[in-house]
Amino acid sequence: MPEHVAESHPIDKYLREDRLPHIWCPGCGAGEIVTAYVNALIEAEADIKKQAMVCGIGCVGRISGYLKMDSFHTTHGRPIPFATGLKLANPKLDVTVISGDGDLFAIGGNHFIHAARRNMDMLVICSNNYIYGMTGGQVGPTTPLGSTATTAPYGNIEHPFNLVKLAAASGAVYVARWTSINVRRLTASIVEAMGKKGFRFIEVLSPCPTVYGRRNKMPGTTDMPDFFKEHTVIKHGCDPAETDIKAGKDIVLGKFIDVDTEKESYTESIKKIMDKAMRK
Amino acid sequence: MFIQMEDELASMAAILGASWAGSKSMTVTSGPGFSLMQENIGLGAMMEVPCVIVDVQRGSPSTGLPTTVGQGDVMQARWGSHGDYEIIALAPNSPQECFNIMPQAFNLSEKYRVPTIVLMDECTSHMSEKVVIPKKKDIKLVDRKKPTGKKEKYLPYKAGKDMVPPMAIAGEGYNICTTGLTHNEKGYPDLSAECQDSLVRRLCDKIRFNTEDIIQIEGENVNDAEVIVVAYGTPSRSAKRAVALARDEGIKAGMLRLFTVWPFPEKQVRKLALQAKSFVVPEINYGQVVLEVDRCAAGNANVYSVPKMGGELHSPEEILNVIEKAAGEKTVKGGIQYA
Repeated sequence: MPEHVAESHPIDKYLREDRLPHIWCPGCGAGEIVTAYVNALIEAEADIKKQAMVCGIGCVGRISGYLKMDSFHTTHGRPIPFATGLKLANPKLDVTVISGDGDLFAIGGNHFIHAARRNMDMLVICSNNYIYGMTGGQVGPTTPLGSTATTAPYGNIEHPFNLVKLAAASGAVYVARWTSINVRRLTASIVEAMGKKGFRFIEVLSPCPTVYGRRNKMPGTTDMPDFFKEHTVIKHGCDPAETDIKAGKDIVLGKFIDVDTEKESYTESIKKIMDKAMRK
Repeated sequence: MFIQMEDELASMAAILGASWAGSKSMTVTSGPGFSLMQENIGLGAMMEVPCVIVDVQRGSPSTGLPTTVGQGDVMQARWGSHGDYEIIALAPNSPQECFNIMPQAFNLSEKYRVPTIVLMDECTSHMSEKVVIPKKKDIKLVDRKKPTGKKEKYLPYKAGKDMVPPMAIAGEGYNICTTGLTHNEKGYPDLSAECQDSLVRRLCDKIRFNTEDIIQIEGENVNDAEVIVVAYGTPSRSAKRAVALARDEGIKAGMLRLFTVWPFPEKQVRKLALQAKSFVVPEINYGQVVLEVDRCAAGNANVYSVPKMGGELHSPEEILNVIEKAAGEKTVKGGIQYA
């Protein structure tokens, strides 16, 4: 083996090495999300036995299959209700959902808002790459106005969701947004969110040079990361209504919602109601 | 524990998650909700997740007849999700059976790691009758087979001779890997034709090769019967009366009641087709189980469909009329005749 190639990587033991190499394209942000998530587990000294990773369908939906823990690759849009069942049947599990913008906010949009409304105990990380990557570049629920996609060759005319605003309005107790180049901040944010109860949401803007970038004048593997570097601004506590992603406006990153009040999480509420029903 | 999910897609996904965490989980719906559940019933079949789905059938298609009787979901229960898979479906015809059927449905789903459907109809679901609830210790419960051996060596989809792999549950350190994609013994995606072949065969064969254990049917006066009524769910009650009336008239009529609708009791119907002259199939749809009966009769018996489109039950006389017609037919022509 050449000297400059390391024999192992510090996060190898958290990965199913026999599944590598992964399927992601060069320049994809999925790797950074995996790295941030695993480093967060290490930093939080999390018990791997208690972690359950639930993914939907799409490029980042494949993350579950690369992690060496209880991992569930479910149907398109349904990781959140699947995760709900896991958590309710075993409240000791730490349940994390990682999926894409199309999976979580188009086909699975209803499940997202209702899990947030219930304050269901789970951490949801959305890799937002503005596009349906795996299926070949169709317009998604977060594709910016005017962007080009295979189903919008003359420019997207649909208004995108602001995921931060949507999560906050739906009742999420923790809402943050980072990009795949903010690996350390993202890791810290995941650690922080892991330590909380209820419905927590982190949006990660993630480059897709192959399918989105190529059609939107950012074809190189560093073009979208460079764009993130130049056109983002960190504003913790910013009103979610002020965080829309618009052309000509810097993208606002940071932690926007962190409800440290007595807001009861669903597993706490259901335990109370069951105790009442059983007259404990 | 109970949760009312936002829609039936979510309910079905949630019971799969709950089952993976070790719970015996179930969901209940009627027609349109059953359609929404099909996607994740397929995932349940693919991931081999024990769970129970109760579908109370109403008049359909679409919103149809809320909320009056129908049996139009029989084929959907079998073929509703895309692709090849097998399912178990049971059809009770009384409140007592509704009680008895639930542990049986769970036991079958646990034993074979397959979603099991309780295919009710509105009439039985709204019926009031005496129900005897046995003592807890008298209810036989079966649990899924657990893995043995080293956790690091656990292969979630390695099955033995019985074709049903042992099932680890989340949180026990087995590092379960599961997916709706075609997968190998490790649970890893393997999109080869070879892997697809062995997986789909096993998913189907674990049911097909165990029909003797799974199928429950009741025969009444079938031994000397020339006309056999095949019925399931609430119509089996009208059919029972119709057969008794036919016997009073001297017609050698009998009844085969399908407690298990899927897998279909193919072997038994094939055998009866060699003995009886005809089958009469009353069902509250435009002929679904009758297609299976005709397939198994294979031209050896006349097959009469007694359809009801939904909204009401057959009267015993309506079924009796067709039994009389069947008894009067001297030749075996084969094929289905619709009353």
